[in-house]
Amino acid sequence: MSAASSLKTTPLNSIHRALGAKMVDFGGWDMPVQYTGIIDEHHAVRRAVGVFDVSHMGEIEIHGPEAAKLADFVTTNAVHKLKIGQAHYSGLLYPHGGFVDDILVHKVAEDHYFLCVNASNQEKDFEHIRSLNRFDARVDFSSGRYAQLAIQGPKARDTVQKLTPVDLAAIRYYWFTDGEVCAAPARIAHTGYTGEDGFEIYVAPAHAALIWNEVMQAGAEFGIKPCGLGARNTLRLEAKMALYGHEIDASLSPLEAGLEWIVKFDKGEFVGREALLRQKEKGPTRKLVGFEMRGRGIGRDGYEVLRNGSPAGWVTSGSPSPTLNRNIGLCYLPAEHAQPGKSIQIMIRNQPVDAVTVETPFYKRAK
Amino acid sequence: MYPDNFRYTKEHEWVLVEGDTGTIGITDHAQQELGDIVYVDLPKVGVRIELGKSLGSVESVKAVSDIYAPLSGEVTEINKLLTDAPEKLNQDPHGVAWLVKIHLSAPAEIQNLMSAADYQTYVGAEK
Repeated sequence: MSAASSLKTTPLNSIHRALGAKMVDFGGWDMPVQYTGIIDEHHAVRRAVGVFDVSHMGEIEIHGPEAAKLADFVTTNAVHKLKIGQAHYSGLLYPHGGFVDDILVHKVAEDHYFLCVNASNQEKDFEHIRSLNRFDARVDFSSGRYAQLAIQGPKARDTVQKLTPVDLAAIRYYWFTDGEVCAAPARIAHTGYTGEDGFEIYVAPAHAALIWNEVMQAGAEFGIKPCGLGARNTLRLEAKMALYGHEIDASLSPLEAGLEWIVKFDKGEFVGREALLRQKEKGPTRKLVGFEMRGRGIGRDGYEVLRNGSPAGWVTSGSPSPTLNRNIGLCYLPAEHAQPGKSIQIMIRNQPVDAVTVETPFYKRAK
Repeated sequence: MYPDNFRYTKEHEWVLVEGDTGTIGITDHAQQELGDIVYVDLPKVGVRIELGKSLGSVESVKAVSDIYAPLSGEVTEINKLLTDAPEKLNQDPHGVAWLVKIHLSAPAEIQNLMSAADYQTYVGAEK
């Protein structure tokens, strides 16, 4: 019996295997890490278009007259400011200000919010939100009802447009529309986790394989590639997008992670607000900052960071950047050092290797 | 696929013994598993390496993997090609992208290594 038998699978599992993907256990899910190669797939997204199976992501829905009140209470961003058809990035926090998860909140209707959450956090998130529900609202765990495809890259819109009557050009960035893709009901969101233009499409699991195949055909003229979690990671790192368990976790706050922009202190009470206010008053003691290797080597997740020869922090993510052709990463440092232009060393296999802190994001697409 | 004149380890290194010199590399299976290789860390000439101990590392976009010495000996040459072109390990792991050459200190150790046929069976079964 194969080890994969105990892992959860997406509706596209057999397609990944038929494509020869290298599969890995990703938080209990049997997921493709790469097909042809991470660098190849990374470039496809930056230069043309790539498609990702992100059906492992979780979905939680909040319904009811006080759905907005509950969503505003459990998240950091201003839910009441969302318009119907609009989405935003947000934080789900513990009372002490650390992250339960980072999520996307979509306003479907005045009484209906659709949350996209991290795969490995979905059950925890659901219990967390439900335990805080003292409102006239209902919390549904609806991950089983959705598969999700991310089509990303400068040719993503041209690719998806062939498969839907919805005018994609009319969907602004971080807005979404409920319509049809390949004649199947779909939620089409102008969102992504690559730093590139693109769409994330939520569909019923039964339609996922058909849509994947149609997307691959529609994108063929642009050189579309199926992309795995490996490229997803290098793409999001270049764009300095946080990954739960790396840049953020239960012990780290949005202020430390450089995510104050998703914290709306003026919206009223929300979980974590008091702790964040205290932290904001004193100023966070540590902050996330980007770095580039100067010496040979790659500073990887968990490696120790030295400043003036003394332990000062740790790397949260590090990788070669296929776009920039440099070795980049993110690390936590004491706030006074967490700014561009500081010399640091990263302990790589017991050797200190020179690096320097830099401005982020490492990559920003031309608009 | 796997040259008959090489011997192989369970950690996916190969060694070609000619006289008292061993040429060491990683197998095609290893490079496939690693994916795009971006960095190779090799020992210096003159370093003594010991059977089963790490002699360096190979780094892909995704992760770092140790290279274990298939035989003991002293490093006599390293493949400088890999400093600037680590991707050669993905393209020709059994040929131009050898890693190091060593002067064997215990040639009898080769008895422990797998033949090409055994290695082929081993990687076939690993899946």
